[in-house]
Amino acid sequence: MTHTHTPRCRDLLGSISEYVDGSLQDDLCRELERHLSECENCRIVVDTFKKTIYLYQSSSAEADLPVGVRERLFKRLDLDEFAKKA
Amino acid sequence: MMVISSQSEISFQALKSGDRAEFARLVDLATPAIYRLGLKMLGNSQDAEDVLQNTFLKALQSLDDFEGRSSPMTWLYRIAVNEALMLIRRRKPQVEIADEPVGESDDIIAPVQLTDWCCLPESEFLTAESKKALDAAIQTLPEKLRAVFILRDIEGLSIQETMEALGLSDTAVKSRLLRARLHLREQLSVYFGGRLKEEINK
Repeated sequence: MTHTHTPRCRDLLGSISEYVDGSLQDDLCRELERHLSECENCRIVVDTFKKTIYLYQSSSAEADLPVGVRERLFKRLDLDEFAKKA
Repeated sequence: MMVISSQSEISFQALKSGDRAEFARLVDLATPAIYRLGLKMLGNSQDAEDVLQNTFLKALQSLDDFEGRSSPMTWLYRIAVNEALMLIRRRKPQVEIADEPVGESDDIIAPVQLTDWCCLPESEFLTAESKKALDAAIQTLPEKLRAVFILRDIEGLSIQETMEALGLSDTAVKSRLLRARLHLREQLSVYFGGRLKEEINK
């Protein structure tokens, strides 16, 4: 697939981050959505851009602390006496 | 219980007056986030643990300088990012020079990958291999962009908090965030685009 970038596509790219964060001005937002309805390639970029952020956001919840990390940390900080709580 | 004690706010006054129990509470509250930041910045658990320990050691040493203008958490993030960047620089001294143009330039690279991989089955995104691909992609980001992306999109800080944690302007945070996200989109498109092809050829 090839994508000929028009000046509009370029403008769009600059505001895509604020668009997905919901902080883009209303008029710019409407203009962008109008463009997305006409430009398949930009729609794909926006969709995969959103999905990328979503995947990273949801990956942050997992990942438990490996065994021993907390204990070694409390020891290093000389906080052994408080290490029992958790 | 852990949950209850971590819900009440950390007392800035208690921290400043050298209350060790309160500091221990801050350590417990912040450890998962600071460890995760180290892990995403450096890409391995040993370095993540170093970042974690150094962050709290530095925090203890610099409690006197902490003025409470930002939250204790933002303050810790700031120390942790600096610790992580220092460790990265120590690992490869050429980084700073190589990083400069990417860190400061506003050039946006036009998207190259145009495969719509959003339609892959949800289970495809949850595999160990996919998670590895996500982590590997972060490591390809220039450090300055990586720090912004991790704080904003993984740790969930606001633009304002990210600015405070990194000492950057609003424009700089937004510009780095945009470039980081676009870069990662390209990387993930290569990976998941490949998965999509396999899916179709099944």
